[in-house]
Amino acid sequence: MNKTSKTKERMSTDPKPAQKFIKFETGGRPYIEGKRCRSCAAVMTSEPLACPACGAREGYDSFRAAETGVLHAYSIVARSYPGVATPFVSAIVDLDDGLTLKGNLINIPPTPETITPGMKLRVTFDDALGRTDKEGGSYIAYFFEPAEQGA
Amino acid sequence: MADAYIAGIDMLKFGRYPDRSFGELGGEAALLALDDAGLGVRDVQALYCGSVFGSFEMPGQNVMRQIGQTGIPVTNVSNACATGAAAFREAWIAVKAGICDVALAVGVEKMPRGMLGGGEETAISHEGLFGSASMPCVFAESGMEHAAKYGTTFEQFAKVSVKNHHHSTMNPKAMYQKETPLEEVMGAEMIAYPNTKLMCSVNVDGAAAAVVVSEKKAKELGLDRAIRVRASALASDPWNPRNPTMWDVNSVTQLAAKQAYEQAGLGADDIDLIELHDCFATAELLHYENLGLCAEGEAGRMIDDDETALGGRIPVNVSGGLLSKGHPLGATGIANMYEVALHLRGEAGARQVENAKRGLTHVVGLGTACAVHILEKA
Ligand SMILES: [Zn+2]
Repeated sequence: MNKTSKTKERMSTDPKPAQKFIKFETGGRPYIEGKRCRSCAAVMTSEPLACPACGAREGYDSFRAAETGVLHAYSIVARSYPGVATPFVSAIVDLDDGLTLKGNLINIPPTPETITPGMKLRVTFDDALGRTDKEGGSYIAYFFEPAEQGA
Repeated sequence: MADAYIAGIDMLKFGRYPDRSFGELGGEAALLALDDAGLGVRDVQALYCGSVFGSFEMPGQNVMRQIGQTGIPVTNVSNACATGAAAFREAWIAVKAGICDVALAVGVEKMPRGMLGGGEETAISHEGLFGSASMPCVFAESGMEHAAKYGTTFEQFAKVSVKNHHHSTMNPKAMYQKETPLEEVMGAEMIAYPNTKLMCSVNVDGAAAAVVVSEKKAKELGLDRAIRVRASALASDPWNPRNPTMWDVNSVTQLAAKQAYEQAGLGADDIDLIELHDCFATAELLHYENLGLCAEGEAGRMIDDDETALGGRIPVNVSGGLLSKGHPLGATGIANMYEVALHLRGEAGARQVENAKRGLTHVVGLGTACAVHILEKA
């Protein structure tokens, strides 16, 4: 690789990942990192001391998760805690390589008529809805949107 | 090994008790259960006290301060919504093991107001950013999983609430005694689709207690009103690739149910009534299948055919359930057993399930714990 390319390292002032399993490429592009058990190949988003599926302590291989998947289940949340804007769609999504994530389903009208389990979705990354920590730091979150949208 | 028995059991009317302590509420339930058994505090050899929100203040010892500090071993138990049943099970284990002849189980709760859930503390709030961790949403998602698989409808889920609210009109110890027609349930404020406000369990305070005794002690006291514990099963959530991103209340219930049926040497067909964990209307239908009351995918048809209503093939939640009787987390498990005991003793009044010989109780605490008990008329 050309050492003089514009590859930039992330700065301490850059937005932080809103979940531990959101990682950044050297160029700054976010992605989801999965962990695969070296014994039974179960996939998850964290590294338990021993694999919760098989009990092995052989460790995990990291992999870059698929950014497409299908909607497994959802709810349209009409009432939440104080300060949380509603409605929003809480979605359980099975990514194509076996990881299951929960997140907001966006860019679709929040009605049971428009949302269909089994529909193809893709992962997008964006600012964490303007939410900042005590130091004013901003965060990057993932969202899901219909795969057909704008394709 | 001889079975253990419930010699006495009772509960306080579920409601709001802001001016009473965990010790006072639990103590009152304990005394009622002891009176029911014809025993006194000096007969009790061990206390297991279940509470979620009181677990940091030694609620069991505070119960003893209310009913007599005899110095017996006291163990406080916390296991989310399965707390009361888990405390009961510890008492059952102590008696089954022959460590004591009389053990007391108390479940007591004072609930914070508002919606439960919300997830772990992080640098920024995740609620509404990565979906919702609120309990109404989590159980809505479980219901929608069933809907996607089997075509279960919003209306079918809502019918659960209509049924359980109807049952509660016959239960003076329920928080509410109020009919809620289908249009009212479906038209109530939407919390997390498909769960409307009337499809969410009622957040209340309460206490319940049971006196668990050995067979020897049960015979000594007389078996007229004794309840035989045929099975006590407790399971934690087994591995499932979606869990805990999507809390799995199904496989943990299937596991506990299987163990309970095996212990008792019985099947779902041998059960006459069921008190199950209807924390949200969506949850009740899932558990018809998880407990083997019908085949997979048939829960919607079961509620349509009134099979689980009082007078139906297998009445479910004739107490009004968590939806209308109320759900004080730590007390719920023992209150379910109290309901079943009433029916086995023929003391359930207007909501009596005719000729009830056996009943099953079920609770699920997210995180996840599931307890299933099978009780039988002695
Ligand atoms: Zn493994």
